[in-house]
Amino acid sequence: MSADSSTSQEIPNPAVDGSELIRFDKVVKRYGSNTVLDELDFSVASGKHVTLIGPSGSGKTTILRLLMTLVKPDEGTIKVGDNYLTHEERNGKLVPAGEKHVREVRKNIGMVFQQFNLFPNMKVLRNITEAPVTVLGLSKDEAEQRARELLDLVGLGDRCDAYPSQLSGGQQQRVAIARALAMRPQVLLLDEVTSALDPELVAGVLDVLRDIAHTTDITMLCVTHEMSFARDISDQVLMFDSGRVIESGTPEKIFTEPEHERTREFLSAVL
Amino acid sequence: MNWNWSHVDDFMPLFWDGVELTLKALFFGTLIAFSLGLVWAIAQRSEKKWIRWPVTVFTEFIRNTPLLVQLFFLFYVVPEWGPSMSPLTTGIVGLGLHYSTYTSEVYRAGIEGVPDGQWEAATALSLSKRRTWTAVILPQAVRRVIPALGNYVIIMLKESPQMAAIGALDMLGQAQGYSQATFTYEAISVVGVAFIVIAYPASVLLRVLERRLVR
Repeated sequence: MSADSSTSQEIPNPAVDGSELIRFDKVVKRYGSNTVLDELDFSVASGKHVTLIGPSGSGKTTILRLLMTLVKPDEGTIKVGDNYLTHEERNGKLVPAGEKHVREVRKNIGMVFQQFNLFPNMKVLRNITEAPVTVLGLSKDEAEQRARELLDLVGLGDRCDAYPSQLSGGQQQRVAIARALAMRPQVLLLDEVTSALDPELVAGVLDVLRDIAHTTDITMLCVTHEMSFARDISDQVLMFDSGRVIESGTPEKIFTEPEHERTREFLSAVL
Repeated sequence: MNWNWSHVDDFMPLFWDGVELTLKALFFGTLIAFSLGLVWAIAQRSEKKWIRWPVTVFTEFIRNTPLLVQLFFLFYVVPEWGPSMSPLTTGIVGLGLHYSTYTSEVYRAGIEGVPDGQWEAATALSLSKRRTWTAVILPQAVRRVIPALGNYVIIMLKESPQMAAIGALDMLGQAQGYSQATFTYEAISVVGVAFIVIAYPASVLLRVLERRLVR
């Protein structure tokens, strides 16, 4: 679909060190006649913090949604660790993954959404303990202890008994981060986590994420329009356009001396 | 026509029998309508065609045929090859089944009103299907639709006299019997008042619930 002349150009593999944790192999995703991802190849090394930037509609969010299994790829494979997320191996053959297999692989992935998506019918603590108890099989006490530690980490240790509607957007998003971390995922997906927040609440959320990025070895895959945040936490920035990675590199390189014309245009528009 | 209190006194024993039957039918009919309706609503969201399809056909059929026909069918036809039930039981089953096809639409609206983000968050946390329904989706959906469900209780109350056609004499059925036997109108009047006395406080209660539950 995209007749970009740069498509044949070799994109450097971000997995420069550490083992490869996520691999997209010729992934195609279409919505109707609109091809959002066109034979996308890319990989993320374990422990890396990767930020996806690019104009809206370039397929960044689709990548996160594919990884979270909220949408299915039309073609290609996605691998997380040693397992395929989209397929499973049966008798040496690759077949589309069953529900059980997907659930197992997906447990390694957590996601924080733009709109927080906390469960409004549950108090803060239960929002965080629900999945560890019912999915991981933790005891209620263990799960609550883990939840309280995480709430302390995000600065909301005193709001266990609040309902989400009683919290500000920034606080809700911090609870959502704690909820995702409570599953101890290897990968944390952040989908424009500050876009729905009032400007004065953004800093609190970014501080929490920065803290997590710098003190844990969790792999982060982040779609954001906060370029300063991207620069601050990322090891790697991938510039997307029309469903392809057109440029990748360290934040210093991408933000100060981008090679690609589209990257320059995009950055001058958002910075 | 003069109002004669002695007819009212005469009618009272029958009236209380009728009230008892009306309330029984309403209580158990509601129980069936509310629980079966939920089953239909969830089944219609199934990924499996062979579940979705028959349920859709069945509920459309029931919803689009008269309750009276269904009562006759349950009372006179079903016993030919199935269980034969007392008039009251038949009435309860008929009323419950009929209105379950309406409450299922109410539930459906409630379920569709839960934002996609809630399903996505449940997926992101790998919650099981069962847990997603019982812990996340239904508590939010049901809360929203309680007032609409309550309306059907009032409608069921007002439709319950149809059971008299199969011999389950509710309060109106009793009044009709009494009036036709004595050529008087007092019994019917008493029952008219009784309907208001039951239905109006129920409506008020619903409005209070609505204000408390729907933000």
